[in-house]
Amino acid sequence: MTNINEKIKDIITKNDVVLFMKGTPEMPQCGFSMTVSNILKELKVKFSGVNVLADPELRQGIKDFSNWPTVPQLYIKGEFIGGCDIAKEMHENGKLKKVLNSI
Amino acid sequence: MAIKQEEIHKLLKEGFPDADIEINDLAGDDNHYAAKIKSSKFKGKTRVQQHQMVYASLKGKMGNELHALALTTEEK
Repeated sequence: MTNINEKIKDIITKNDVVLFMKGTPEMPQCGFSMTVSNILKELKVKFSGVNVLADPELRQGIKDFSNWPTVPQLYIKGEFIGGCDIAKEMHENGKLKKVLNSI
Repeated sequence: MAIKQEEIHKLLKEGFPDADIEINDLAGDDNHYAAKIKSSKFKGKTRVQQHQMVYASLKGKMGNELHALALTTEEK
Protein backbone atom coordinates (compact mmCIF):
# COMPACT_ATOMS: atom_id res chain seq x y z
CA MET A 1 0.00 0.00 0.00
CA THR A 2 2.64 2.50 1.07
CA ASN A 3 4.94 1.19 -1.60
CA ILE A 4 2.46 1.67 -4.39
CA ASN A 5 1.72 5.21 -3.19
CA GLU A 6 5.42 6.00 -3.33
CA LYS A 7 5.61 4.52 -6.79
CA ILE A 8 2.67 6.63 -8.04
CA LYS A 9 4.12 9.78 -6.47
CA ASP A 10 7.38 9.05 -8.21
CA ILE A 11 5.67 8.63 -11.59
CA ILE A 12 3.65 11.86 -11.36
CA THR A 13 6.64 13.82 -10.09
CA LYS A 14 9.01 12.70 -12.81
CA ASN A 15 6.59 13.19 -15.70
CA ASP A 16 4.77 16.44 -16.43
CA VAL A 17 1.77 14.78 -18.05
CA VAL A 18 0.73 11.29 -17.03
CA LEU A 19 -2.27 9.31 -18.16
CA PHE A 20 -3.09 6.23 -16.11
CA MET A 21 -5.03 4.18 -18.60
CA LYS A 22 -6.20 0.77 -19.70
CA GLY A 23 -3.84 -0.25 -22.48
CA THR A 24 -1.27 2.00 -24.09
CA PRO A 25 -1.56 5.23 -26.10
CA GLU A 26 -0.79 3.15 -29.20
CA MET A 27 -3.32 0.49 -28.28
CA PRO A 28 -5.91 1.61 -25.74
CA GLN A 29 -8.01 -1.22 -24.28
CA CYS A 30 -10.98 0.89 -23.26
CA GLY A 31 -13.00 3.59 -25.00
CA PHE A 32 -12.62 6.10 -22.18
CA SER A 33 -8.86 5.68 -22.07
CA MET A 34 -8.76 6.08 -25.83
CA THR A 35 -10.76 9.30 -25.65
CA VAL A 36 -8.35 10.99 -23.26
CA SER A 37 -5.32 9.61 -25.05
CA ASN A 38 -6.63 10.99 -28.35
CA ILE A 39 -7.28 14.42 -26.81
CA LEU A 40 -3.66 14.58 -25.64
CA LYS A 41 -2.45 13.46 -29.05
CA GLU A 42 -4.61 16.07 -30.74
CA LEU A 43 -3.08 18.76 -28.51
CA LYS A 44 0.34 17.40 -29.50
CA VAL A 45 1.31 16.93 -25.93
CA LYS A 46 4.12 14.65 -24.85
CA PHE A 47 2.64 12.40 -22.21
CA SER A 48 3.47 9.27 -20.37
CA GLY A 49 0.82 6.56 -20.67
CA VAL A 50 0.81 4.12 -17.78
CA ASN A 51 -1.02 0.88 -18.46
CA VAL A 52 -2.78 -0.16 -15.25
CA LEU A 53 -3.80 -3.49 -16.77
CA ALA A 54 -0.16 -4.51 -16.70
CA ASP A 55 0.02 -4.12 -12.92
CA PRO A 56 -2.88 -5.21 -10.66
CA GLU A 57 -1.37 -3.41 -7.68
CA LEU A 58 -1.25 -0.17 -9.62
CA ARG A 59 -4.75 -0.70 -10.98
CA GLN A 60 -6.18 -0.63 -7.45
CA GLY A 61 -3.49 1.67 -6.06
CA ILE A 62 -4.22 4.56 -8.38
CA LYS A 63 -7.90 4.46 -7.42
CA ASP A 64 -7.04 4.73 -3.73
CA PHE A 65 -4.35 7.32 -4.34
CA SER A 66 -6.66 9.70 -6.21
CA ASN A 67 -9.85 8.79 -4.33
CA TRP A 68 -11.29 8.15 -7.77
CA PRO A 69 -12.99 4.87 -8.65
CA THR A 70 -12.26 4.67 -12.37
CA VAL A 71 -9.51 4.73 -14.97
CA PRO A 72 -8.39 6.75 -17.01
CA GLN A 73 -6.91 9.36 -14.70
CA LEU A 74 -5.01 12.38 -15.91
CA TYR A 75 -2.24 14.04 -13.92
CA ILE A 76 -0.50 17.25 -14.93
CA LYS A 77 2.49 18.49 -12.94
CA GLY A 78 1.65 16.13 -10.12
CA GLU A 79 -1.91 17.38 -9.86
CA PHE A 80 -4.95 15.20 -10.44
CA ILE A 81 -6.96 16.77 -13.26
CA GLY A 82 -9.76 14.25 -13.50
CA GLY A 83 -11.15 11.37 -15.49
CA CYS A 84 -12.56 11.15 -18.99
CA ASP A 85 -15.57 13.44 -18.44
CA ILE A 86 -13.52 16.26 -16.94
CA ALA A 87 -10.74 15.94 -19.51
CA LYS A 88 -13.33 16.10 -22.30
CA GLU A 89 -15.07 19.08 -20.76
CA MET A 90 -11.75 20.92 -20.28
CA HIS A 91 -10.76 20.13 -23.84
CA GLU A 92 -14.02 21.49 -25.20
CA ASN A 93 -13.85 24.74 -23.23
CA GLY A 94 -10.14 25.25 -23.90
CA LYS A 95 -9.02 24.98 -20.28
CA LEU A 96 -6.95 21.87 -20.86
CA LYS A 97 -4.87 23.58 -23.50
CA LYS A 98 -4.31 26.49 -21.14
CA VAL A 99 -3.12 24.21 -18.34
CA LEU A 100 -0.84 22.34 -20.73
CA ASN A 101 0.58 25.54 -22.18
CA SER A 102 1.58 26.69 -18.73
CA ILE A 103 3.85 23.72 -18.04
CA MET B 1 -22.19 -6.79 -12.95
CA ALA B 2 -25.05 -4.49 -13.73
CA ILE B 3 -27.22 -2.02 -11.95
CA LYS B 4 -30.70 -0.72 -12.61
CA GLN B 5 -31.29 2.87 -13.51
CA GLU B 6 -33.79 3.25 -10.62
CA GLU B 7 -31.11 2.09 -8.18
CA ILE B 8 -28.67 4.75 -9.39
CA HIS B 9 -31.38 7.38 -9.22
CA LYS B 10 -32.27 6.37 -5.67
CA LEU B 11 -28.66 6.55 -4.47
CA LEU B 12 -28.08 9.91 -6.15
CA LYS B 13 -31.29 11.31 -4.70
CA GLU B 14 -30.20 10.20 -1.23
CA GLY B 15 -26.86 11.92 -1.68
CA PHE B 16 -28.28 15.02 -3.32
CA PRO B 17 -31.86 15.53 -2.12
CA ASP B 18 -32.30 18.87 -3.90
CA ALA B 19 -30.86 17.69 -7.20
CA ASP B 20 -32.30 17.60 -10.67
CA ILE B 21 -31.17 14.24 -11.96
CA GLU B 22 -31.23 12.94 -15.49
CA ILE B 23 -29.97 9.46 -16.25
CA ASN B 24 -29.57 7.83 -19.63
CA ASP B 25 -28.80 4.19 -20.30
CA LEU B 26 -26.29 4.59 -23.11
CA ALA B 27 -26.03 1.02 -24.31
CA GLY B 28 -29.24 -0.51 -22.97
CA ASP B 29 -27.20 -3.00 -20.94
CA ASP B 30 -27.63 -1.61 -17.40
CA ASN B 31 -23.90 -1.04 -17.40
CA HIS B 32 -23.14 2.17 -19.30
CA TYR B 33 -24.93 5.26 -18.12
CA ALA B 34 -24.71 8.99 -18.40
CA ALA B 35 -25.96 11.15 -15.56
CA LYS B 36 -26.55 14.86 -15.34
CA ILE B 37 -26.83 16.16 -11.80
CA LYS B 38 -27.68 19.69 -10.81
CA SER B 39 -27.39 20.36 -7.11
CA SER B 40 -26.70 23.22 -4.72
CA LYS B 41 -24.24 20.95 -2.90
CA PHE B 42 -21.77 21.44 -5.75
CA LYS B 43 -21.40 25.12 -4.98
CA GLY B 44 -17.80 26.21 -4.54
CA LYS B 45 -16.41 22.74 -5.32
CA THR B 46 -13.98 21.87 -8.09
CA ARG B 47 -15.07 19.47 -10.82
CA VAL B 48 -12.93 16.76 -9.26
CA GLN B 49 -14.57 17.32 -5.86
CA GLN B 50 -18.03 17.33 -7.43
CA HIS B 51 -17.45 14.03 -9.16
CA GLN B 52 -15.91 12.57 -5.99
CA MET B 53 -19.10 13.55 -4.14
CA VAL B 54 -21.18 11.74 -6.74
CA TYR B 55 -19.01 8.62 -6.54
CA ALA B 56 -19.28 8.71 -2.74
CA SER B 57 -23.08 8.79 -2.98
CA LEU B 58 -22.92 5.63 -5.11
CA LYS B 59 -21.31 3.84 -2.16
CA GLY B 60 -18.53 1.97 -3.91
CA LYS B 61 -20.66 0.78 -6.81
CA MET B 62 -18.80 2.92 -9.30
CA GLY B 63 -16.06 0.87 -10.89
CA ASN B 64 -17.69 -2.32 -9.64
CA GLU B 65 -21.35 -3.07 -10.42
CA LEU B 66 -21.39 0.12 -12.39
CA HIS B 67 -18.84 0.03 -15.16
CA ALA B 68 -19.40 3.38 -16.77
CA LEU B 69 -21.17 6.52 -15.69
CA ALA B 70 -20.42 9.62 -17.72
CA LEU B 71 -20.95 12.54 -15.38
CA THR B 72 -22.03 16.09 -15.90
CA THR B 73 -22.30 18.09 -12.71
CA GLU B 74 -23.69 21.56 -12.37
CA GLU B 75 -24.42 24.00 -9.57
CA LYS B 76 -28.01 24.74 -8.85
